Formats: sequence, C-alpha cells, structure tokens
Amino acid sequence: MTGPLLKIEKLEASYGHVAALKGVDIEVNAGEIVTLIGANGAGKSTLMMSIFGYPRAQAGRILYDGHDITRVPAHEIAKLRIAQVPEGRRIFSRMTVLENLQMGATVGEPTHFPKDIARVFKLFPRLQERINQRGGTLSGGEQQMLAIGRALMARPRLLLLDEPSLGLAPLLVKQIFRAIRELNERDKLTVFLVEQNAFHALKLAHRGYVMVNGAITLSGPARELLERDEVKSAYLEGGRPAA
Amino acid sequence: MTEQSAPAAAVPSRFPAALKSAALSALVAFGLFSLIVGARTDQGPTGALIVFPRLDDLAWLAGVVFAGSFLRTLLFGDAPLQVSRHFPSGVKRIGARLSRFAAPALLGFALIAPLLFYSNRYYLDLSILVLTYVMLGWGLNIVVGLAGLLDLGYVAFYAVGAYSYALLAQNFGLSFWIGLPLAGILAAFWGVLLGFPVLRLRGDYLAIVTLAFGEIIRLVLINWQSFTGGPNGIASIPRPSFFGLPFTDDEGGFAHTFGLEFSPIHRIVFLFYVILALALLTNWVTIRLRRLPIGRAWEALREDEIACRSLGINTTNTKLTAFAIGAMFGGFAGAFFATRQGFISPESFVFMESALILAIVVLGGMGSQLGVAVAALVMIGAFELLREFAQYRMLVFGFAMVLIMVWRPRGLIGTRVPSIFLRKEKELPSSMVAEGRR
Ligand SMILES: Nc1ncnc2c1ncn2[C@@H]1O[C@H](COP(=O)(O)OP(=O)(O)O)[C@@H](O)[C@H]1O
Ligand SMILES: [Mg+2]
Repeated sequence: MTGPLLKIEKLEASYGHVAALKGVDIEVNAGEIVTLIGANGAGKSTLMMSIFGYPRAQAGRILYDGHDITRVPAHEIAKLRIAQVPEGRRIFSRMTVLENLQMGATVGEPTHFPKDIARVFKLFPRLQERINQRGGTLSGGEQQMLAIGRALMARPRLLLLDEPSLGLAPLLVKQIFRAIRELNERDKLTVFLVEQNAFHALKLAHRGYVMVNGAITLSGPARELLERDEVKSAYLEGGRPAA
Repeated sequence: MTEQSAPAAAVPSRFPAALKSAALSALVAFGLFSLIVGARTDQGPTGALIVFPRLDDLAWLAGVVFAGSFLRTLLFGDAPLQVSRHFPSGVKRIGARLSRFAAPALLGFALIAPLLFYSNRYYLDLSILVLTYVMLGWGLNIVVGLAGLLDLGYVAFYAVGAYSYALLAQNFGLSFWIGLPLAGILAAFWGVLLGFPVLRLRGDYLAIVTLAFGEIIRLVLINWQSFTGGPNGIASIPRPSFFGLPFTDDEGGFAHTFGLEFSPIHRIVFLFYVILALALLTNWVTIRLRRLPIGRAWEALREDEIACRSLGINTTNTKLTAFAIGAMFGGFAGAFFATRQGFISPESFVFMESALILAIVVLGGMGSQLGVAVAALVMIGAFELLREFAQYRMLVFGFAMVLIMVWRPRGLIGTRVPSIFLRKEKELPSSMVAEGRR
C-alpha cells in the first residue's frame, strides 16, 4: 500500500467571496470508515462536493490513489469509482426504484448489473419489495436506502456519504449505519461519512475529524474523540439517543 | 353523486371569510383593471390623446369578481379547489380505460383522416396544422418535458428550419427530400449554439435567455434583407413532389403517372401523410431515446443535476444533445411548414408560437407523448373553432388554460410512464431473487 486512498491537502474553497473551506487536511486509508463531524454550516458538505468539483478548489489538492484529481471534471470522478450520496439523498423522485438503480450503474459495466442489483437488494430487501414504486413516494428511510443503493451500483472503491441519518427515526438510523458497517467489513468498502449525528458516526467510524468554520480542529481515532470533552460538550448532547 | 361533501351548516359560518376574500379579490381586480379597462385613450379633436374614464365598466368587473369570489368561498371554502374529487369515481375509471386505447385510436384516426375529409379541404388543412403542432410539441417535449430545460424560444428552430429549406431550395435548387434533413441538421447546429451559453442556467434564467434567442433570430430574419428577404419573406418556395413526381396536371405529374384524374387535393393528402410520418418519426425517436442511456439521462437531469453529476453523467453533453435533438425536430417541422405554405416571413415565427407550443407541452403533462398529442389537438382545434370569435379567442383560451390547470395541475396526462417495468419477480434473473428475502 502506497498511501491513503483519499488525501486532501490544504483545500480551500469559497462561494463568491465567502470562504467555506480554509485549508482542510484529511486522509482516508483504504478499508477505513472515516467520519467528519461538525455543526450545521461548518463546511462539511462543501468539502464533499468539492471532491466532485462543485465548488472547485481554489487552493490545495485532492489526491485519490496517489493521483491528483483536483481539476478532474465532475462526471469523470464517478468513473474513478468514487461514489457519492449527496446531502438530502437526491434520488430521482419520478423514476422507479429500478430506474434509480439503473441510473446508479451509469458508469458501471452492463454485465455486472444483475449481480450488483442483487447485492443492493440483499443489503436493503425493502428496495426489492418496492422495485416498481416511484422514488418520490418512498419513505425517508427507503429513500436513503435507495440513495446508498444507487451509489453502490457503480461498484465504488470509495463511498462518500453526506448525512445519511438526516431526518430519520433512530431505528432507521441504526439500520442504515449497520448497512454501512456491513459494506465496510464484508466488501472492504472505504467510507467517508459526513455526519451531524456525532455519537452514531463516531461509534461506527475508525477515525474522525471535527470541522469548525471550514477548518479541522480535532482529529484522531473515533473512540478517543468520543471521550474528548470538547466533542462531548459541543456535539454529543443532542446526538446521544434517548435510550 | 358527490354534489358537495361539506354539510350545509358550514355555509353560514364561512360568511365572514367569504366576504373578506371577495373584498380582497375585488380590490385586486380593481387595481388590475383600473388601467386596462378603467381608462380609455382616444384621439381628441386636436390630435392629442384624451383619456376617458370608464368607471362603470370597471365597477361591473370588480362586482363580478366580488360575486364570484364570494360564492366560491361560501360554497367550497378557501382551500384550493380539487375539481377531480368531484367527479364520480366511475367517470374516472372510464377515463383511465379510455386513455389506454386513446393512442391506437388516435393513430388509426390519423391514418384514415384524409379519406374521411377527402372532400373537405378545410378539415384537411386543419389536420395538417394540428399535426404540425403535434410534431413541434413532441420536439419541444424533449427539451422541456424530458430534460427539464425551459425553452421559450423554440420557434427559433422552427424558423431556422423553414428558412434553411427555403433558401437552399431557392439558391441551390435542392428538392424537399434533400432540404429536409439539411434543415434539421442546421437547426440542430443552432440548438447547440444556443445550448453553450445557457449551460449553467436553469429555470427562469434559462427561460429569459431562450426567449431572447427566439427574438434575436426573428429580428435577424427581419433585418437581414439581402439574405432573408426581410419582412417580405421568401415566396414561391418549391412544393414537395411525390418522390420526383410533381403534383401537376400534365404529363409526368403524379395524377397522370398513376392514371388518376388530377385533383389539387392529392398534394394536400400527400402533405398530410408527410407531416404524419414526420410526427411519428419524432415520437418514435423520443420513445427509443427514453429507453437509452441518453434519454434516461435527460429525465434524470430534469430531476436533479447534482445527483446526475455525482453518478458520472456528463451534464454538458446531456443538455447539448437535448437542445440539438429538440431543435432538429423543430427544424424538420419548419422545412415542412415552408414547403406547405410556399411562402414564409418572420411574422410566422413570433413569440406567440413558442408560447403556444410550450402550452401544448405543459398542458399535455410535461413528458407524456400522448398528452402532447391530445393537447395539440385540443388547443389548435379550439383555436380554429374560435376563429369567428376572434375578439374573445384569447380570453376563452386563457380561461380554458386556468380550468385545465386547476383540474389537472400536472397536465392532461401527468404521470410519467416508467421506461422499464418488472411485473413479476420471476422476470428478475433468478440470481436476483433467490437471496434478499428476510
Ligand atoms: N451554494 C451555496 N452558496 C453560497 N454559500 C453556501 C452554499 N452552500 C453552502 N454555503 C455556505 O457555506 C458554508 C458551509 O456550508 P455547508 O458546507 O453546507 O455546511 P455543512 O454541510 O457543514 O452544514 C455555510 O456558511 C453555508 O451558508
Ligand atoms: Mg451539510
């Protein structure tokens, strides 16, 4: 192994004149689950989107498998087997579950399709039951499953997830997170997880980063971060489940 | 059956709300109409403009609005009207069953229409007009209905097609069958040209730029006198021949060759089948493309551009092909228009045409092929029927649009038909079903 699968170096990005990322350094090693936590508006989604070039990085580099992908066009990124589940799921609501999954296979090998869809259905049997249902009529949890399933159809090596727990009931959050762990442990999928739900995210991840105002303030093994007072007081009060 | 679900007791309690909403509506109407209706300008004796107040008309209008709004709120409450709920479910079921047979029935009717209307030139001409708009609607449907790119300047491509064929035929003597594909290609080229600058625009911004594009093309046509003939247009554009046989009353003409008695209707019937074939080609290509990755990418683009990019769809190419293919069909229709009319001028390509085609697509249900065809039939047909009442045409037209949008906010046929559908699990490869059950 030569180095981290994803390495972000001193990344800066802004919307107009407003700086959103102020020199961010992050590393994700192959086989890891790495989580990025932070308050609303910290710049987590911006970081995730800038990997896909929207907004474009103004300074710094993004290295994937040792190659500089900072200036690669968005639609080429998926071909490098980086898949993204953007914030808010963004499934195609007028298309059926099956059609959504087909869209996920856009950059995939057509001959892999039956096998890949079987894998998604095994992970989320609920999707198979709804195969002909329109995406927009699915429940929030099912939509999240579909968004993840759609991303998996491209056979990614690196999966980027932006707040998969957003707006979901605790039971569903557990189910989704269990699926992420399964993907990581069984399929050796590398996962970069952006979350506000710090408690669950740090429980799941191997390592974590804390972002405040567009900069990383803390990082380390997830278990250690869970014990840090700064993390506890700032992010865990609301994130810890009731039971 | 379901007259009105609200009990009569609810009516009096709505009285204050009804009064309030009626007063508000009347005020809005008063404001809106105060200049449009309330004041009339006329030339005075010295030639200067004099403003006459027309307060009585204004009062009448405000009064009618007041009464209408009052009754509506009193009877139905102030929730949005859901007209379809008031239809008995039997009617709805029959409607659903009818719509399954509508497409074959319409196609069958279209195929035999020239025989039915053979002796009625007016109906033949009207059918050709309707089919032209069906084709334009289907073409624009690719851009607006499938790819979700709001294009208010579609008539520009219609114009490019018409002028391309007219100029090619006049200057180089090209026949219709060679001019037609060239007109389509040129229009597609202009589609890409429009596509580039608007790649980053969406929604209303895109609408404004495409609107301007349509006007620019029209203004160029008017002002480039030496090339396009300016406001006078281009006359004596060659009529189409029956694959080389002209529709004339002499040796070597169509009628003579086939041993028929000459009749000017032959050409009209031929034109009918040409536009029918062109429209069906548009439909067929659209249906095929919808099943291919590019068509699916258009539909995905319409729903979520960010998701498209993250799935590896090249949104630039996807948009440009939508503009190009939509424009190409507009260009075909334009070439047909030119050869049918024999005369074209910029007056045929005004914004109103773009608006009409867009209305057909929106009314049809944004993306539904059958819906667009029905909408074109209804709109163009109704427009013709109202020809005698020219004064009230736009009024009735606007009123009908409002009614349809209240009745069916997503257009006549608003549900998207999936382009792939699995009826039974057994149609899945067995490997996909064996596992996965809880
Ligand atoms: N499209 C945008 N245009 C302008 N500013 C934006 C845009 N998206 C996000 N921002 C701003 O950038 C900052 C970071 O936002 P974001 O990355 O969405 O944060 P997070 O995902 O951590 O909640 C915020 O201040 C937000 O207001
Ligand atoms: Mg976010």
